[in-house]
This record gives sequence, structure tokens and C-alpha cells, in this order.
Amino acid sequence: MRACLKSMEFSEHIKTANVEDVVLKAPFHAPMKGTLCVTGHHLLFSDRSGDSSWQLLLLLRNIDAIEKSVENLLGYSSQSLNTGSNFRAVGSSGTITIKCKDLCILQLDIPGMEECLNIASSIEALSSLDSVTEMYPFFYRPSCLSLDDSWGLSTLEKHYDQLGALQAKWRLSNINSDFSICPSYPPTVIVPQSVDDQMLVKAARFRQGGRFPVLSYYHQKNGMVIVRSSQPLTGANRKRCKEDELLLQTVIDSSERGYIIDTRSAQQAHQARMTGGGFESKSCYNSWKRLHRHMERGKVLQESLIKLVEACGDQSHNMDRWLSKLENSKWLTHIHSALSTAGLVAECVERDGHSVLVHGSEGTDTTLLVCTLAQLILDPETRTLKGFLSLLEREWVQAGHPFQLRCARSAYSHARLKQEAPIFLLLLDCVWQLGRQFPLALELGEPLLLRLAQEAYASDFGTFLCNNEQERCALGAKDRTHCLFQFLLKSSEREQYINPLYEPTDFAIWPSVQPQSLHLWEGLFLRWADHSQTMEEVRDQIWSIVTEHCGGS
Amino acid sequence: MEHIRTPKVEQVKLLDRFSNKTITGTLHLTATHLIFVESNSTNAQEIWILHHHIASVEKLPLTTTGCPLVIQCRNFRLVHFVVPRERDCHDVYSSLLRLLRPVSYDELYAFSYNPKQNDQQREEGWQLIDLGAEFERMGVPCDQWQLTNVNREYKVCDTYPRDLYVPITASTPIIVGSSKFRSKGRFPVLTYFYQEKKSAMCRCSQPLSGFSARCLEDEHMLQAISKTNHNCRFIYVVDTRPKLNALANRAAGKGYENEDNYSNIRFQFVGIENIHIMRSSLHKLLEVMGTRSLSATEYVIGLESSGWLRHVKAVVDAAIFLMKAMTVEGASVLVHCSDGWDRTAQVCSLGALLMDPYYRTMKGFMVLIEKDWISFGHKFADRCDQLDGDSKEVSPVFTQFLECVWQLSEQFPQAFEFSEWFLIQIHEHVHSCQFGNFLGNCQRQREDLHLKEKTHSLWAHLLAEQQNYLNPLYDPTLAETQPVLEPSTQPFHFKFWRNMYHQFDRSMHPRQSILKHVLTLTENNREMENTIRSLESKLQQYGVSVSPLKVRVAPRERTRPQRPRSLILGAPLSRKEAQQQLDEEAVVEAEEAQEEEGEEDGLARSCGERTVEGSSATENGYGDLEEAFSSKPEPAVVSLEFGVARMTC
Repeated sequence: MRACLKSMEFSEHIKTANVEDVVLKAPFHAPMKGTLCVTGHHLLFSDRSGDSSWQLLLLLRNIDAIEKSVENLLGYSSQSLNTGSNFRAVGSSGTITIKCKDLCILQLDIPGMEECLNIASSIEALSSLDSVTEMYPFFYRPSCLSLDDSWGLSTLEKHYDQLGALQAKWRLSNINSDFSICPSYPPTVIVPQSVDDQMLVKAARFRQGGRFPVLSYYHQKNGMVIVRSSQPLTGANRKRCKEDELLLQTVIDSSERGYIIDTRSAQQAHQARMTGGGFESKSCYNSWKRLHRHMERGKVLQESLIKLVEACGDQSHNMDRWLSKLENSKWLTHIHSALSTAGLVAECVERDGHSVLVHGSEGTDTTLLVCTLAQLILDPETRTLKGFLSLLEREWVQAGHPFQLRCARSAYSHARLKQEAPIFLLLLDCVWQLGRQFPLALELGEPLLLRLAQEAYASDFGTFLCNNEQERCALGAKDRTHCLFQFLLKSSEREQYINPLYEPTDFAIWPSVQPQSLHLWEGLFLRWADHSQTMEEVRDQIWSIVTEHCGGS
Repeated sequence: MEHIRTPKVEQVKLLDRFSNKTITGTLHLTATHLIFVESNSTNAQEIWILHHHIASVEKLPLTTTGCPLVIQCRNFRLVHFVVPRERDCHDVYSSLLRLLRPVSYDELYAFSYNPKQNDQQREEGWQLIDLGAEFERMGVPCDQWQLTNVNREYKVCDTYPRDLYVPITASTPIIVGSSKFRSKGRFPVLTYFYQEKKSAMCRCSQPLSGFSARCLEDEHMLQAISKTNHNCRFIYVVDTRPKLNALANRAAGKGYENEDNYSNIRFQFVGIENIHIMRSSLHKLLEVMGTRSLSATEYVIGLESSGWLRHVKAVVDAAIFLMKAMTVEGASVLVHCSDGWDRTAQVCSLGALLMDPYYRTMKGFMVLIEKDWISFGHKFADRCDQLDGDSKEVSPVFTQFLECVWQLSEQFPQAFEFSEWFLIQIHEHVHSCQFGNFLGNCQRQREDLHLKEKTHSLWAHLLAEQQNYLNPLYDPTLAETQPVLEPSTQPFHFKFWRNMYHQFDRSMHPRQSILKHVLTLTENNREMENTIRSLESKLQQYGVSVSPLKVRVAPRERTRPQRPRSLILGAPLSRKEAQQQLDEEAVVEAEEAQEEEGEEDGLARSCGERTVEGSSATENGYGDLEEAFSSKPEPAVVSLEFGVARMTC
């Protein structure tokens, strides 16, 4: 009933559902002529002219921007971006350029100006629907998956049970079970054993968005931990919170001190006091040494991505132009600061043997990025396919990275930026850099990172929907959608995401952060440029060498 | 030896270029090498620097810890020593100054280097590459091209080889006339013949045309080249210089071909800059890359402002132009620059490499270098500064060519039989002066030096250890299915060649090497197949039929690839290490009984180490924790060997 109602809503947006004789130009294919069809969630193109029919099924959600141009027989041409134009002429035609969030660009030549404009307006309306429950994951019902399958790989309770060593000093707290203490935290969090729930409530009030310090990682080798939170709300008059101070003191426990890695510059942290935020002052947290590592976030990152993608699409074949655009995008600088801050955190824990608290301002972006990368550096468990996906689930999905806000638009969109930021993409790029420097150490291969980069922006699955667990619960996302991580681990899928050269190592993998060691992630940013196929051939060849080796003869 | 005042200095500090680490050791000065041996360590690091590799030695002002000595090498190694006593430092400094500037050829290492070969082996080494056979492979001589003997005695052009190939219709007077109209007498000759289309790649130097001079013989010569090819009415004349440079040359009585005077030519500039610009470009690049704690922004700006990648791309673009003209249009091409031995050599050899898969094999690549660089007179002695000469003549033209090949191998990872270590090794020896191949400026000079009698050939040496340089991803079938490479000219396909320019800066390198790992796997596969085959044949000897019996090999335990002993991951052994290995082998040969022991040793080495190469937090300088950490000792598990941090469990 409800679904029926919805599909009616979709049909309002579809004025022309089918167009014949459309020419599609897609990367790696010669232009094809076929039928174009718009449905509530997809754009379907099928080419039935050849013997082997070819189909393209594009999730409308994947469309970041469209550009249309129409011309009539008189040769009059009008180009307009995202605006409805009302030219009508018989025997005219139009072209729609579709720019996808996975950075692919498609072009459709549509006979008939009206059809073209209708298709374009349908795409515009349907690709930017805001209501989460109208999105495709709520309608995706493949025969191989059942809604009864478990959603998610693990829970914090299970994670806690697996880490026996930490249980002496850390406990589970269900204080957030109704999301009232911190809307962006999961219902259960891991906190110091000796801190009671009453203290947590007070500490939460002292942190932005209620994100009080919780355990992110426990280093089994020396019992040191990485804890994360949001900024303290000290404000201009330097408020204090006894419970917060005590909570952090308990984290340090007997060891003489800990480090606070603030992902803002010292100046930014000081300025934050004007708007009610702040930082842990030396006098109140005297066992903690605070280090500021400036990392870009938000709009700056989004613009960086836009510039980089623009540079990669440049067709001038000019070296100086390319390098100056690459430099101007500053993307490699962001990679550099993410990896070196994570390296610093890992260094504090492993080499210096002290616990670390990581936070920026909200604690939902750079904080998660740094904590995740530090765990990959330190913990061999997280470098397996399952371990990595569990890490993402724990540190991004459950920890409340606002995927819906951050990944609403990608690099091509002309829409005004709101809260978009490619922080998750930055994480995937950093993981790729780790994989390049340690090609044997990660079980997950580049195809997984590419898949995740795509799924975060447009997906059949519910994993990256919503901004936090509270929203997911409210919409019943876990009951009404399928879980991507579970799907990727199915034996039918798993194989293609594995790194053929994987050999587990128990050691920390310290990445080099010299700019000479950092690379542009061609697999993602130049995915649709020429010559990208040879890399796939190479991967196949490595696979065959490895399987030959393992197979014996 | 008379130049060495102090053969040994103790308590010398070696500073790392990119981190704060220092090593203390002893400096030895020998007739051929500068050697630094780390002291007080079980796995002492050793650095051997050949005197010929040293480009410059600099003595910096005295500091409280001693006298700093900075040595910059042609293979892009940079070492920074601190010698405790100023007098010792000065002695080493002045000895080196004398040693690194040999004044005559017989002082070069090649004349004293003795790899324990007899004369016959040496002779065989020199016979490995036969350019006559190479032209035969291309299908020359044929009905249109013939071998001319005008230059048998180096009478027409003393920087060309003796054997030259010209059109059948080019008579001796035409050749001689043409050569008089070309700079340094370098008249148009064949260098590559594309059999499929009968299109020819010819090379020469610039014409002495000035503002209006003509030469009928030269015009005839080009006409003759054009006539050899029935596919196309015209030939391309490619001037690899920027137009402005060519115009400037006209004032000096040189210049370029006037399209009005030559029938059926299409003239084209491709704009590759001259040796001076290339020299300063690489210099700028290395200066930027040598900066400590370089930021990502400075790095990319440095890449851009040095212009190096732009120059590399220009050379590749020119080669692509040649390839397209010859394979697609089927047109013949005549290439020149000023003297026709720098840019011309780059563009011709690279163009041929794109067209002919043979040049992408190890042997073929040697042939290509022998042909377009050595025999056609690229001035290796001047460009590589072999003797104390004019510093304005020095230029990384050949290095740039090797880099172009590397850039192509990045785009076509399966098309080359050799890996980048092959290119790096060639680069190493172009400057080492250890082998005779690259000594001198032209063939005539090499004959005068009697190199073939007095020195050894690099090619034999490289072929002997070719397994070190194999590219495991090489797919020989591509030579059939995709013989011509068509590279993309998008700028993002051109990258900074870290493994060349930071060969010795280990903190820059990937911590695990795919190349090395895959090579080991391939090697293991091959061994296993051999074992199976020998077992099968044994079975057959015993009269057991094999065919119904499926040989089952127990799944092997995943072996960890043996840690490469060289500084760079996946890099072949250095000369010194190779020598060590040779010595080891000699011992094993002498005492066969010890062989097993040796194997055990190797086994223990490969199993006993579980390492993540060079991965250490200390080196990367993530943070400003210096002060915080200084009180704490290094974790005991990290030990250092050959400059590679090693964690043993």
C-alpha cells in the first residue's frame, strides 16, 4: 500500500518514461543506439540493435549533475544548466550530459526536444529526493538476499566481548540506549570501568553534541588506548567540568600522562571558545599534553575534491597546467596531513606508550578519520577484509559520521554546498596510499575501496543511509534495507575484493608521508580516463601467478 | 695511490638526508672507492662510492661536532659526513678532488676493473651485440636500402659509425655533397626501417642553410629517401628543436630545411629544449626533492617549476609523432636537431621502441642503445663528464631517455621484458666508467682507445644477471597482438621517478615491493614445475606410466620472500654485494661439502625474519614529539641493517 503510494509520487515526476533511438556515449564504449527508460529510481538504457544486447542501469541517486542542450532544425541552440527552458520545436533534438557521483560522465543524444527536456526534468527531480525512505535501498529486494539476514557485522557488545584484556578497566555503558545523552552515538559505548553513568551524563553536557570521550581502540601490546570525543564546551569564560576532567584522568590511569591530538590549529581552537567551544587547558588537564594538527574539513575539502576532479578532466594535454591545477586542488596536502596525524597518534600509542584522546570540533569527521587510520597502522586485525569492514562499521557508521549530509553531492554538482565533505573519500584514499606503500599488508584490494567510494554516494544498500544510529532506528533502516558489509563478505563477492598478494604481518605499518611517497589515486580519479584497463589486466595477471603458486601445479 | 693522503678516518658521522638519524663509522679511501663502514654494530652498514660516481665534493664551514663534507653523486646519492678533525677532512677532500677528476682515459676504472674473466669470455661479451645483424632483422639491405662504405675510414663523418645504410639511389657524390651541407658532416642515414609499411626513420644534423644557402646534393639525398617509400609521396622532416632556436641558428650559417627548396617534404618543429635547459631543469628538480620536510604543495610546485616532466613529455610526444607518421600514414621520417646526437638520439630510439616490440626485450633494448646512442655518437664522455671537461657540455640527455622509457613502462606494465631496475642499473654504469661501452664520444675514439681489448662489456654483465631485471608482468604475446604502443599524452600519466632520483633515500620507498614478491612467486612456480618434470621423468625411468597419475603437490607453506639484501626493495644487488655473493659462490665451489650448510644459512635467513621493510616511526617525523621521546630509548626490537629498519620477533 505504502509502496504503491510512493510509486505514484514518483510517477508525478515522470512525464516521458520511454524514448526510442537514443544515442548513449559512455567511457570505453562506442556510441550505442537504443531505448532510454526512466523509472522511479533508475535510468535504464538498452541497446537491442546488436546480437548481444547491452544494458545500462544507472541509479538516479548516482547522478550528481546534468547539463542539457537542445537545438531545433533552424540551428538555434540553447544551453542551460539546471534550468527548465521552454522551447518547443518539431524535429528537434537534445543532448543530456550526465555527471555521476562515481565520476563517470555519460552523454545521451535524444531525438525530440520535448522528450529531452522531460527526461532531464525527471532526472533532476528524482535524483535529488530528500526523503530517506523514498530512496532505493528501501525498495531493493534481490532474490539472493533476505531482510531476515542479520544487519551489520558486529555490535559494540560483541566487540567488547572479544577484547578480554580490556575488560578489567573498561565497561559497556547503555546510558545512551534512547539516544538522549548523545544523538549521534550508538546506544552502547565503552567507557572507563570506574566512571559511573551519572558522571557520563555530566561529561556529555560539557562536550559538543554530547560526544563525551569513549573508547575507540585498545592497543593489546601495552594496554594503551585511543579515545575520541568532540570539543569541550569551555567557552569564552573557560568553564570547567569536574566529571570530564575525572573521566580523562581515569583514562590515563597509572601512566604518567596522555596526549590530546586536536585536529584543529591552536588558533582555531582558541577561536572556537568565542562560539562556546574550546579545548582542554593545561591547568585543568595537567596530565595531558595537547598537540594541535590542523586538518581541513567541510567546505574546504569539498572544494578541493571539485578542483581535483576538474583537473583530472582537463583535456589540454598540458603538463604545467595539470601540475598547477593539481597543486591548486590541495588534495595531496589533505592526504599528507591525515596520514601524518594518524601516524602521530599511532606513534604516541605504540612507541611512546601513552594513551591518546583525539578530537576536533564536532568529533564526527577528522576525528574518525584519524582514529581509523591509526588503527590500520597499529592493528593487524583491521587489515583483513572483514576486520576493515568491521572497523568502518564501528568507527564510521555506528560512531555517527553524517553520511547523508556529507555525501549528498559529489564533485560535479552545481548546487550550493551545504554540509557536503568528502571526508570518507579521503579516508579511502589514505587507505589506498597505505596499500601502495605496503602492498602485502592489506587483505582488502583496491576494488573494495572503489566500491565503497561509490556506495557511500549512491547505493542499493542501507548501510550508508542516514547520519547516525538514531535516525536509522527511527526509519527502521535495519529492518527494511539490506546491509552492504554483509553482502560484500558473501563468498560470491568476497573474491573480487581481496588483495592477491596479502600476507598477514603482526607489525605496525608506518607509512612514509614524504610527498614523494604520496600518489594521486588514479584508480578513482582517473577511473574513466583512457588506459585504465591495463591496470585491471595487471591485477588479473598477478592473481594468476598467485593462484598458480598456491595451487601447487 | 699517490693522491691519497689519509686512507682511513675514524669516528666519522653520517647524517641522514631526510631525518635526524646519524651513524658513526670509519671512512676508507681507496684508489677506486670511498667506503664508509658503520662501527659498533653486528650488521654494520657499508656504503661504497665509486670515485667516478662523485659529481661534487663540498666542504662546509666547521661546526662544533666536526667538519662537514657533502658528497653528491651522479647516481643521485647524496651523503653528508661529519669528520671530527678538520685536517682529516681537508685531506679527504683534496684527495677526492683529485681522484674524481681523471684527466686521461686510462685512469678510468674500466681499465683496471677485472671481473676474473679470460680474454675469450671478454671477447664474447663484446660480440653479443651485432648491429649488422640488427639491420638484417629490420630487413635491410633490401631493394631500396644498401650498406655504403663511404665512411669505412671515418673520412666523411668521424662521429658516425663505419657502417651506414643509405638509399640505393644515393651515390657517393650525393652523400659526400650532402655531408658537406650538414653540421659536423652528419648526413641523413637510416636508423630504423618499419618493414610493414616500408617507411624509414632517418637521422642527420641540421643543414648549413643559413638564410638562403642551398645544396643540390642534399636535396637529392632527401629525394632519394622519399623515393624508397612508395606508400607516401612525401617525407616528414622533424626538427626536434623549438622554432626559435632553429631560427637563431640561421644567423650562424646553420638552420633548417626550406620547404620551397626540397620537393615533397613536410617540415615540422617539435620543440624539445636544448642540453643546457635540461641540465638546469633536472638540477632544479633535485634541489626541490632534496628539501627536508617538503610539503605536498612545495612538491607539486617544484615539479612544475623545474619543468622536468614537461620536457620528458615533449620527448615522448615527439616519439609518438614519429610512430604515428610511420605506422599510420606509412610516411618516412627524417629527424634532426642541431648536431643530431642528443634530441635526435632520444626521439629516434624512443620512436623505434614504440614501433618495435623487439626493443622492449632486454637484449633488444641493449641493441637499441648500442645503435642510436653509442654507434651514432651521443657524446657520453662529455655529457656524463667522464674526464675533467667543460661543465657546459654535461647534460642528463641519456638519463632523460631512460626516464621516458620508464614512463612508458608505467603506462604499459606488461609490454616490457625488463623492470625499472634494468634502467637504473644501466644508468649506474653509464656513469661508473666500469665498463668500456660508454667511454668516449664516438666509435672512432673508442677504437683508438682499444676498449674491446682493454675493457669489458656491460651488456655481457647485465645478461649474466638478467633474472634480477625481469619484469614478472611481461606478456610476450602482446608483441604479436599489440606490436605498436600508442601511449596517452595526458599529463597525469607522467610521474616523478622516485626510484631513480631517490634510489638511496630509503625513507621514500614503498615498504613492501610487489615486484620482488611477484618475482619470487614466479620463480617458485618455475622451480615447482621443474621438480614435477624431473619427478615425472624419474617415474618414467622406473617404468611407471605417468599420464593416469595426477601429480599432487602438497600445498606449499606460504613462504616469505627472501629479504632483498640491497638497500632498495626489489633492487638488484649492488656491485659490491654481488661481489660478496661471487666470493661466497667461489668458496662453495671449492668446498662442495659446505654447500648444504650454505643453503641452510639461506633458509634460516628467509624464515627467521619477519619484517616490514623500512617501516619505522622514527623516520617519518609525523610529529614534534622529539622532546617527548628523547628520554625514551628505542624499542629493542628495532635493529638496523643496511640502513633498513628491521624488526625481529
